[in-house]
Amino acid sequence: MNTQKLTTVQNYALVLLRVLIGWHFLYEGIIKAYNPSWTSKGYLLSASILKPFFTWIASDSLVSVVDTLNIVGLIAVGASLLIGMKVRWGCIAGILLLLLYYLAHPPFPGLPQGPAEGSYWVVNKNLIEMVALWVIYQFPLISVFGIENLFLKKKTTTI
Amino acid sequence: MANDNNFFQKWNRRDMLKTLGGIPLFGAVWYSGASLTGSAKREKQFLLETLNIKASPPPVSGPMSGKPVRLGIIGYGIRGEQLCRALGFASTAWLKEMHESSVKNPKDTRLAEFKAQENLNIKLAAICDVFDTRAEKALESFNKGDNKIKRFRTHTELINSGEVDAIVIAAPDHWHAPMAIEALNAGVHVYVEKPMTHNVSETYILRETVLKNPTTIFAVGHQHRQTQSFLTAQDIINKKILGHVSLVETNTNRNDDNGAWQYEIADTANPKTIDWDLFLGNAPKEDFNLEHFFRWRKWWAYGSGLSGDLMTHDYDRINCILRMGIPSSVTASGGIYTHRDGRNVPDVMQVNMEYPDFSTGGSQDAGKEKGMTFIYSATLGNQFDRGTVLMGHDGSMELGNRITVYADPRSTKYADLLKEQRIEAGVPIYQYDPSVNGTDAVTSATAKYFANKGLLWTYRDGKRVDSTFLHLREWLSCIRNGGTPSCSIKEGFEEAISAHMGGLSYKLGRRIDWDPIAQRIITKPGEDLDAILLANK
Repeated sequence: MNTQKLTTVQNYALVLLRVLIGWHFLYEGIIKAYNPSWTSKGYLLSASILKPFFTWIASDSLVSVVDTLNIVGLIAVGASLLIGMKVRWGCIAGILLLLLYYLAHPPFPGLPQGPAEGSYWVVNKNLIEMVALWVIYQFPLISVFGIENLFLKKKTTTI
Repeated sequence: MANDNNFFQKWNRRDMLKTLGGIPLFGAVWYSGASLTGSAKREKQFLLETLNIKASPPPVSGPMSGKPVRLGIIGYGIRGEQLCRALGFASTAWLKEMHESSVKNPKDTRLAEFKAQENLNIKLAAICDVFDTRAEKALESFNKGDNKIKRFRTHTELINSGEVDAIVIAAPDHWHAPMAIEALNAGVHVYVEKPMTHNVSETYILRETVLKNPTTIFAVGHQHRQTQSFLTAQDIINKKILGHVSLVETNTNRNDDNGAWQYEIADTANPKTIDWDLFLGNAPKEDFNLEHFFRWRKWWAYGSGLSGDLMTHDYDRINCILRMGIPSSVTASGGIYTHRDGRNVPDVMQVNMEYPDFSTGGSQDAGKEKGMTFIYSATLGNQFDRGTVLMGHDGSMELGNRITVYADPRSTKYADLLKEQRIEAGVPIYQYDPSVNGTDAVTSATAKYFANKGLLWTYRDGKRVDSTFLHLREWLSCIRNGGTPSCSIKEGFEEAISAHMGGLSYKLGRRIDWDPIAQRIITKPGEDLDAILLANK
């Protein structure tokens, strides 16, 4: 790993990226959590590839579990990135969630694109956010901004 | 504890911000998401409470217990087969085809749905079809287990055999009334396909016959009366959510052979296997003609054209919600523009029905709003889905198995809500989808056309149900438990007269008026309405 020290501006830029992604995840989770009629069923059933898998998790017996896991996952990832706690775990969970969203409706040529606010070919916002989370994974920067700092500091002070 | 205090004391403001700065952000995002969803929910709740629409399915018909009803089917063609299936009797060939189809495509649940259908406690005891192949198909398929089915050469023999309590008529249109009248007079219950009659005079005779035989149950096959959304739509009208409805637009758009009545001609059909004279009945003499036999809907002599064949569906769908009855006048136009194959019924047709005294109740000054036009617009050369729309001063309602209501941007009733932006024009203020938990597999373009109108299936408790099954069940329940079917002689009379007025206007090229006091279509001296309607030109 590159051990070269980051400049302050680089630190801030990476922390800002982490906070904004966390913000996005958290808001998506909250909106779903407070809307009792929200379900991922339609999104999953309209999946363009890996149809058997997505249809299976959209089945009546599974979909409510999937919905709950999704909401809990979104909020947990959002909270982790935003407040700076277990950021690397948050990144891994976030990447897995985004991978599922990406695979359900990948912007591959020849596949139906469904409603989208832009034009995409192979690369879409889910993929970009996924890679951004990978970057955050490399630079969690809890010491620059994060509640985990509390425990780090405490540890160092008690020692 | 002392250590902890020391620990915090060493922190400056910058350290605090770097460590705990995420918490207020977290709180802000959470609060914003929760309050936004909360206010959206409250707005939705407010709108639902303001509209106060009661979404309810039609009442369930009575029990099917007691002695089995002995049924006879007259006409085992395309519709006859469908009706038998709805009664619980599927042909061997259909069962095989559906089995193969469900193996190939597990999403095809037609066979499973058929098998799950409630037993209606009937015996399919008799069949009458002038084509040997069809009659034999029924005999082979239904002479099984404890069901014994017998073929009768004529409907008269079947009706008077003493072996049936009730008949289902799925013969060509020109046979509907003669068969129904004969059965009712013999005390046999009748379920007749639409249109109820083929000409004007038999419509009156049939009405008299039904009224003369009050214990014999008579139903017209407008199965969409069982559509789950129908009572909800009625509630929307009664609560004046649309305000004064001035225009109703209905239509048919079909663009395939099946939809244009170009049915298959069977290889086994010839003068030996078809009783041609019996098929003709009261129709004009004609030499044996396979095209006429299999594709009879294309000629006025046996069929009723777009106005009788398909408009009747749309007319009755609206009549069961608005109960607007027979129009005061009808104008129609059209032509044969896509299928110039020798047919004489139009394949493009527009029918305008006027109701100058009708009102669904308005929101404006008393007396300002009155009158409505019902439009039926059809083509058999294009399948663009235009939907059925009821247009009121305060709102519009798209009607199908689903119901969607939009407020009108210039509505009087919703003026304040529109101004406060609590209602947006273009965004539905109400949506009702009884299938919300189900997914549908539609098999063909024509099937989709019918399905959208609630003619193929409807929903009960979110599950797909064959509407024909529910309609036949209602008729059987009236036979067993008493009551009047939802589409009986009053509704059938209104349907038939309105359709005939459409056909007559098309043929005569002028407005046809109705005299509501005399209950007659107004004629000019020397006009024979039946001759005009049935003439093959």
